[in-house]
Amino acid sequence: MKLFTWATSPWGQSVPAHVAWGLIWVAAIAGLFFMIVHSLYVIIVAPPKRFAERKAEASAAGIPERVPRHTLAARLFHWIMAASMITLLITAFLPRVGIQFNWVVYHWIAGVVLTGSILFHIVHASFFLDFWSIWPDKTDLRDAMNRTRRFFGKGAPLPSRFAKYPLENKLYHGVIMLAGLAVMVTGLFMMKRVQTGIFTRNPYLFSDMTWGLMYVLHGLAGVGLIALVMVHVYMGVRPEKFPITKSMIFGWMSRDFYLEEHDSGRWVVKAPPGSRAKQGYTASDGD
Amino acid sequence: MAVIRDVMPAFDLLQPGTAADAQRLLEQHGEEAWVMAGGLDSFDWLKDRIKKPKVLVDLSGVEELKGIRATSDGVEIGAMTTLTEIANHPAIQRDYSVLAQAVELVASPQIRNQGTLGGNVSQDARCWYYRGGWPCYRAGGNICYADTPVGRNREHAIFGADRCVAVHPSDSAPALIVLDAKFVIQTPKGERVVDAEDYFVGPEIDITRLNILKPGDLLMAIRIPATWAGAKFYFEKVRDRNVWDFPLMNVASAMKLTGNTIDEIRIAVNAAAPRPLRLKAVEDAVRGKPANADTGEMAGKIAVRGAVPLQFNGYKIPLMRNLVKRAIDGLQEAA
Repeated sequence: MKLFTWATSPWGQSVPAHVAWGLIWVAAIAGLFFMIVHSLYVIIVAPPKRFAERKAEASAAGIPERVPRHTLAARLFHWIMAASMITLLITAFLPRVGIQFNWVVYHWIAGVVLTGSILFHIVHASFFLDFWSIWPDKTDLRDAMNRTRRFFGKGAPLPSRFAKYPLENKLYHGVIMLAGLAVMVTGLFMMKRVQTGIFTRNPYLFSDMTWGLMYVLHGLAGVGLIALVMVHVYMGVRPEKFPITKSMIFGWMSRDFYLEEHDSGRWVVKAPPGSRAKQGYTASDGD
Repeated sequence: MAVIRDVMPAFDLLQPGTAADAQRLLEQHGEEAWVMAGGLDSFDWLKDRIKKPKVLVDLSGVEELKGIRATSDGVEIGAMTTLTEIANHPAIQRDYSVLAQAVELVASPQIRNQGTLGGNVSQDARCWYYRGGWPCYRAGGNICYADTPVGRNREHAIFGADRCVAVHPSDSAPALIVLDAKFVIQTPKGERVVDAEDYFVGPEIDITRLNILKPGDLLMAIRIPATWAGAKFYFEKVRDRNVWDFPLMNVASAMKLTGNTIDEIRIAVNAAAPRPLRLKAVEDAVRGKPANADTGEMAGKIAVRGAVPLQFNGYKIPLMRNLVKRAIDGLQEAA
């Protein structure tokens, strides 16, 4: 199967035109395949989760019943971004599978919302949250190596508990960030070619080759997002991950889950002055 | 790109004898099939080697698609009926003269002898970038070469441009809309009947088609109800060459008057947008008003509200304003 469709420009140049729309099904099947394989892995193969003894056991005493994880602003960002992303995927790909409607208007409006939310997130995460909490660190890599070695029956120390985000969460964030930025940047340029009322249309802004590459990148990132979103939703509804999903709704996770999965040394939960440990409190550093 | 002219690419020529066979063949070959009615649009594409179908389904031998038949509620015109036959048909001239006028202004006598009503309403866009084989949106690419700021777009849309700015070129389409015609389509799932205005689609819905026909569908006939038979009609077409050309714009209207007061009206224009436009706002505004120059003036102004000219087609706004005006006060003179 071809990855792109090609066209001959008026100047005789062979230029990419679009991503091959058959990739929509490839992405959907890949997402489905991941779900099935992961489910089987969890049911049949996955060893029970075991962590190294926590080093700072004493600090658990100060952990509240409700551990703040995501601020209201962070949660609003997440759900607005999710809604706009779903809208973008629906408006982009339903017409490609035969369901015709006036999709361009909804698509670019959702794209503007997504862009706004991403820009907000960049500023919010960079200056108001713990920016590095979502990026893999040395401990993550070392623990991943240890988990892999143990899975294959080789001797390795038990991994430590997670920081605020498990490694797979961080890796997912990295991948979806790249795909999201790719569709966002290319999408903004593509708005120069549709009726939006925001930009003056100019299809001749770039050469046919540049436009073609832009459309292909937009399409590739777009179909990639089909699989990524499927995987994300699947993970969000898995029972063992559901406390994390719940925290994206209510802003907090339970003390028990926190102590079971997270290292209070790597993800320090600070109680606001005057709060009582058992009551919980508003999120302090969530993102 | 159009590099070779007059030598058509090889294809299998299928010539069904019945509509059922034709529809079956279209269904069987799907997107690989090209439907040919009079051939006037098809041969351009084929000889320029821009469209290269594997199969060509020639409808010229399907007799049941031809002819004008009286029905209990008007007339039914087979999709393969020639434009000349329609223009000369006594019942059409007597009761639906707006259609007779419209088809008589299509191209040249030779073309009207060969061209069919189904072909005229189903023909493709005439944008020369598209017809020249450039990889534009309508051709499956990702650009509209005719768009602002530098595309040559004198003949293009002032309404409804959505990525593609081509216009619908049919003369008969607005006449059929004002007559409240119904298009009868045989689809793989059975017969489907749609209002004339719903037969056409803009690029916001499907940028590669001008109508709702999908692979496997066959336009069988166009039914014109008696609702507007004998109404006061108006049709005018403006084109660069009066002997033979596509419309820069055309207008059709049908009115029922009591004295000089407009009781009911339908009005439509074409070549202003990627699909024929029924001007419902105008209809609502002039209903109950006298069919005179003042009402026509008001109607013209309402008609062009929201028009967005491209770089080189600003003239279409006053053109449309005046055509709509004349479609209303011109009727008064006729009455």
